[in-house]
Amino acid sequence: MKEKTLITLEHISKSFDGEMVLDDLCLDIHENEFVTLLGPSGCGKTTTLRIIGGFVTPDKGKVLFEGNDITNLPPYQRELNTVFQKYALFPNMSIAENIAFGLKIKKKSKEYINDKIKYALKLVNLEGYENRRPEILSGGQQQRIAIARAIVNEPKVLLLDEPLGALDLKLRQDMQYELIRLKNELGITFIYVTHDQEEALTMSDKIVVMNQGYIQQMGTPEKIYNEPENAFVADFVGDSNIVDAVFLRDELVEIFGAKFPCVDKGFGKNKPVDVVIRPEDIDLLEPGKGSLDGVVTHIIFKGVHYEMEVRTPDGFEWLVHSTDMFPVGTPVSIHVDPFDIQIMNKPQSEDEEAIGVEE
Amino acid sequence: MKKLKKFFGAAYLGLIFVFLYAPIVTLIVYSFNSGKGRQWTGFSFTWYEKLFNSASIGNAVGNTLSIALLSSIIATVIGVISCIGINALKNKSRAVYMAINNIPLLNSDLVTGLSLMLLFIAVGVTSGYPTVLLAHITFNVPYVILSVLPRLRQTNKSAYEAAIDLGAKPAYAFYKVVIPEIMPGIISGFLMAFTMSLDDFIITHFTKGPGINTISTLIYSEVRRGVKPDMNALSTIMFLSAIVLLVLSNLVSKKQVGEVKAAAGEKKSKQAV
Ligand SMILES: Nc1ncnc2c1ncn2[C@@H]1O[C@H](COP(=O)(O)OP(=O)(O)OP(=O)(O)O)[C@@H](O)[C@H]1O
Ligand SMILES: [Mg+2]
Repeated sequence: MKEKTLITLEHISKSFDGEMVLDDLCLDIHENEFVTLLGPSGCGKTTTLRIIGGFVTPDKGKVLFEGNDITNLPPYQRELNTVFQKYALFPNMSIAENIAFGLKIKKKSKEYINDKIKYALKLVNLEGYENRRPEILSGGQQQRIAIARAIVNEPKVLLLDEPLGALDLKLRQDMQYELIRLKNELGITFIYVTHDQEEALTMSDKIVVMNQGYIQQMGTPEKIYNEPENAFVADFVGDSNIVDAVFLRDELVEIFGAKFPCVDKGFGKNKPVDVVIRPEDIDLLEPGKGSLDGVVTHIIFKGVHYEMEVRTPDGFEWLVHSTDMFPVGTPVSIHVDPFDIQIMNKPQSEDEEAIGVEE
Repeated sequence: MKKLKKFFGAAYLGLIFVFLYAPIVTLIVYSFNSGKGRQWTGFSFTWYEKLFNSASIGNAVGNTLSIALLSSIIATVIGVISCIGINALKNKSRAVYMAINNIPLLNSDLVTGLSLMLLFIAVGVTSGYPTVLLAHITFNVPYVILSVLPRLRQTNKSAYEAAIDLGAKPAYAFYKVVIPEIMPGIISGFLMAFTMSLDDFIITHFTKGPGINTISTLIYSEVRRGVKPDMNALSTIMFLSAIVLLVLSNLVSKKQVGEVKAAAGEKKSKQAV
């Protein structure tokens, strides 16, 4: 995507009480992008978002907005709005008053405000809710009002911190579609925080995978899922089999003594690497017909597919998703298409490993 | 057997109430006595009439009310501002500040009054209305803090941040979003301070100087010079106003007043010893 850069984070570092939370973080956010910050709890997602929103000042580094340094600008002077993780509606005001809050500060006319309230409520599918009180709304409705309250101010960027975190699965999925629709209708930039990889894959144009204050990988959902750059990303985004392997030569890798053809090149000769294979990319064949033989040790019905574990002689348990059923004890053979094998360099040092993979 | 148990239970409770309220009932009854002595000579409003016609009493009532009102308003403002500061502190220093805040609550009024008097003398301020007012503000602030801080701690911080995010300056956000949420705490703190100020005798006694009187100091000085049935009438009115205030503050915030009263109760029982 060759679009205009809207927000730039330049070498941002932040510690709390001597604890490094963000370390030299650099990030570009383009106009009209749906960017998701994805990572485990405590990895610094909220802190990053709060630095963009102006609630936290970084120890080092700069925040640029359309090229202007806004690092020290207070939140109320920034042209962006936030939807908070916890419902942050004003309990002492009606829904209409909540939505009008920002507009009243900007001294907009009464007609303008009323029009905007109507428009925003329609956008979030809560028409006619003007005079209700926040506390009688359900969690999903409250969060939609919070979104309405933010977007009436026509921010260039909307920051959302796990806005669906407290909702049940069904509602969360509905809201995911609503958010995508909203983003497309409004044509503004969304920066979205979540620790739910499925949510990130569903909604984003770009995913930023974070761990312990570092960006692990950045890219489209497809890229992140299909070509994880390291074991952490592979493990965190989707289910995966991560195995030690030896890169024999271009387009050939050895896993547990068996040779697998692959499509990668340029990792050297006889070099130890990590290999990621997604469970749905493994085909189970009759013994002897695939690359590696094993026995089914577990099977769970998951609705769309069966989730199985296949133990190979080296003791590794392969996670396999298949619509075919193989009862426990069935001898099988593992086959993987060459382009479904993702090769990754091993971490260079123990330090890097500590950064990359959660223990 | 069961009946007997029930009877003793009721009797015990009755006895407690008799001990607690007999003196007050006696006072109220005597305030309607037409004579001056200990014998009951007939029902009359004589002493109430006398009460309302006395200039010194009118003066004392005026002082009491104005000091209570002014001191509780000022203490509420100071208390709320202090709460904002205390709330922003880290857990450890907050605990320290709260301990410092609670000491004057448990401290004997005698000590507070005496030390304030000494301070005023040391600084060279002549005792009078301003010193009493200052003293009352001083002992009222902790009650306000005790009543407002828990509320403030409970408030949703995101709501305040959301207001800032929507373009409100911090002061405006506080006024529009935080104040309404802590209002019950503010009101109960204010009422608590008001009652404490109305009630106070010892601290006022030490800080007032010769010129002025509040109701309690007036009653004290009058009764010392012999039986004054109009003071019974005055005490009756005070007792009834205290009940009204208590009911009011309970209506405002049942739970919070409970907590603050408990602290106040501790103080009262300490004084009784
Ligand atoms: N104001 C603060 N004071 C002290 N430590 C903080 C503060 N804010 C965040 N932290 C610490 O910084 C680290 C990162 O926090 P952050 O809230 O950014 O994580 P997160 O990725 O949003 O996690 P979660 O998914 O749980 O919300 C945590 O260890 C947290 O305890
Ligand atoms: Mg967070």
